[in-house]
Amino acid sequence: MTAAARHPAPAWPESWGEEAEPRVGFFTDTSVCIGCKACEVACKEWNGVPDESDGLSGNSYDNSLDLGANRWRHVAFVEQRVEVGGVGTSAPDSWVEEASRQQLVEQGLPIHDGADGFRWLMSSDVCKHCTEAGCLDACPTGSIFRTEHGTVVVQEDICNGCGYCVTACPFGVLDRRSDDGRVWKCTLCYDRLQDDMEPACAQACPTDSIQFGELEVLRRRAADRVERLHEHGVASARLYGADDDDGVGGFGAFFLLLDEPETYGLPPDPVVPTRHLPEAFAAAAAASAALLAGVAAAFIGRRAR
Amino acid sequence: MSVSGSSGSGDVREAGNIDVSRVQGDAGAGPATGQGTATGVGRDRAGGEQRMVPKGKPRSYYDQPVVKRPVWTWEIPCYFFVGGMAGASAPLAWAAATTGNERLAKRAWGVALAGVAVSPALLISDLGRPERFLNMLRVFKITSPMSVGSWILAANGTLIAPAALAALTRRAPRIFGAAGPLAALAGPGLSTYTAVLVANSAIPVWSEARRTLPFLFAAGSAASAGAAVTLLTPAAAAGPARRLAIAGGVAELVAAQTMERKLGDAARPYESGTPGRLAKAAKAMSAAGAATMAIGRRRRGAVRIGAGLLLAGAACERWAVYKAGFASAADPAYTVGPQRDRLEH
Repeated sequence: MTAAARHPAPAWPESWGEEAEPRVGFFTDTSVCIGCKACEVACKEWNGVPDESDGLSGNSYDNSLDLGANRWRHVAFVEQRVEVGGVGTSAPDSWVEEASRQQLVEQGLPIHDGADGFRWLMSSDVCKHCTEAGCLDACPTGSIFRTEHGTVVVQEDICNGCGYCVTACPFGVLDRRSDDGRVWKCTLCYDRLQDDMEPACAQACPTDSIQFGELEVLRRRAADRVERLHEHGVASARLYGADDDDGVGGFGAFFLLLDEPETYGLPPDPVVPTRHLPEAFAAAAAASAALLAGVAAAFIGRRAR
Repeated sequence: MSVSGSSGSGDVREAGNIDVSRVQGDAGAGPATGQGTATGVGRDRAGGEQRMVPKGKPRSYYDQPVVKRPVWTWEIPCYFFVGGMAGASAPLAWAAATTGNERLAKRAWGVALAGVAVSPALLISDLGRPERFLNMLRVFKITSPMSVGSWILAANGTLIAPAALAALTRRAPRIFGAAGPLAALAGPGLSTYTAVLVANSAIPVWSEARRTLPFLFAAGSAASAGAAVTLLTPAAAAGPARRLAIAGGVAELVAAQTMERKLGDAARPYESGTPGRLAKAAKAMSAAGAATMAIGRRRRGAVRIGAGLLLAGAACERWAVYKAGFASAADPAYTVGPQRDRLEH
């Protein structure tokens, strides 16, 4: 079953007719992220995203914590102590971890200090611009829409701040600004796309960890990159969100990760809530019928007494 | 909510569930260096409260939530209660009128009208931009239970208002004749759609309960509508409302129990903290209320106390569901655990 058939909303790109453009997105290759946060800064500068600093978090060099109304790019700093050469006290708790350790011993691509097994994983997170977007489905005002580029954007002149999209996103991307009352998130620089410019974060990224382009092209490039990393012994390299058969029909902004998604704060198997909606509506219909039957029974019982 | 026992911001925390206690002091210039103490080792960091997923703690990013907590405030659980009560009162009122019980019908329409009058105010006041509330009726989207619900509430208001006014003022019986049965049919939708609304989310304790939550909300609505109308109606005419209240209270207990059992590990928010206390209080009050009303049905005082308890129980149950959502969103283990299980089995 195709994503379009599964999904009741008019599917992009048909919804745009002749105005439709090729679907664009991000390929974030975390294996070359150096944690410079230029993407966070560029995004804030270009989009006028307000400051929201809570001081030092104690979470490595990450003091911006997560995505939200005022953070449309967020660089995660995963600090890991990985035993080198099997020396040490803690036993490996899964084959994944074991493989990851082995890889560190042999290749050590992301190791900060190879001798003591300490490493940082850095990753610039962003709105996934899902093929089946929970926020878009849930939005009761039509404020959230799919653009001609296949991206998902909130129209701030329509959003009334109901907050329903906040709980509908499996990634915790959207949030409401407390002073403003509306919901904000990454627009994939919709304004820049109008002028054939790449999004600010991608342009600012000094290592090309953030790559912008047509999704099809990015996916091919990502597949090649994973293959090459595997050839070089980085067995833990894997793509996240590049599969149309996943729970959100594939991401418009997908990732190359070096560990399990949850290590970066990403859900390992996200599913758009809308897929379960028919079940919930069916249960509500049955419950409504039961309620009517209960009321009727209360009157029938009257004669019995 | 501190479920891990490591909420202190100065703690050296772990990412990826790899023992960080050993990193302490040699993490270079990182802000983690030397701040606080590691709270434990690897999987034993659960602290005072037990972890919610017994199989061992899934990995996370510094124990941070994966999904966002709702931005909603007290108006929303209030609305779940008030709107639900209004939705169940409408069929009660129409059935009473149809069976010739005018005293009961009038009061039930009154409760329904009060409910649908208060509901929009609650919902609008919760919006980030209340002045834009009409945007809710800008589109109709079947994929958005909030959009569907806005139309359901609008329809209920439109139908209940003339039916109730006709019944209360004894004028324009033709309007009542037309609007009454339609309101009775539309009412249960108002009582149950709110369950679909919360179930259609990325919050595990809500989403995983999508098959049972509508029954819990329907039962709570029946209990509260029955109880409220019983309180207002002379005993001789209140029989059906009393029976609806008792049956609703019992059904609510059964539905809550079923929901928590079927949720399995995801039900942990209902066992501890604020939602846990609310859920326990709700069950105790619903059980006591239903029993008091059933046993003391010939005593005015007992019936009133029972009705009050049922109302409080139904309100508490909505609040428990609402608060459980926050607790469920706050701990990444609830989000990651079941997803990881799904991938590995």
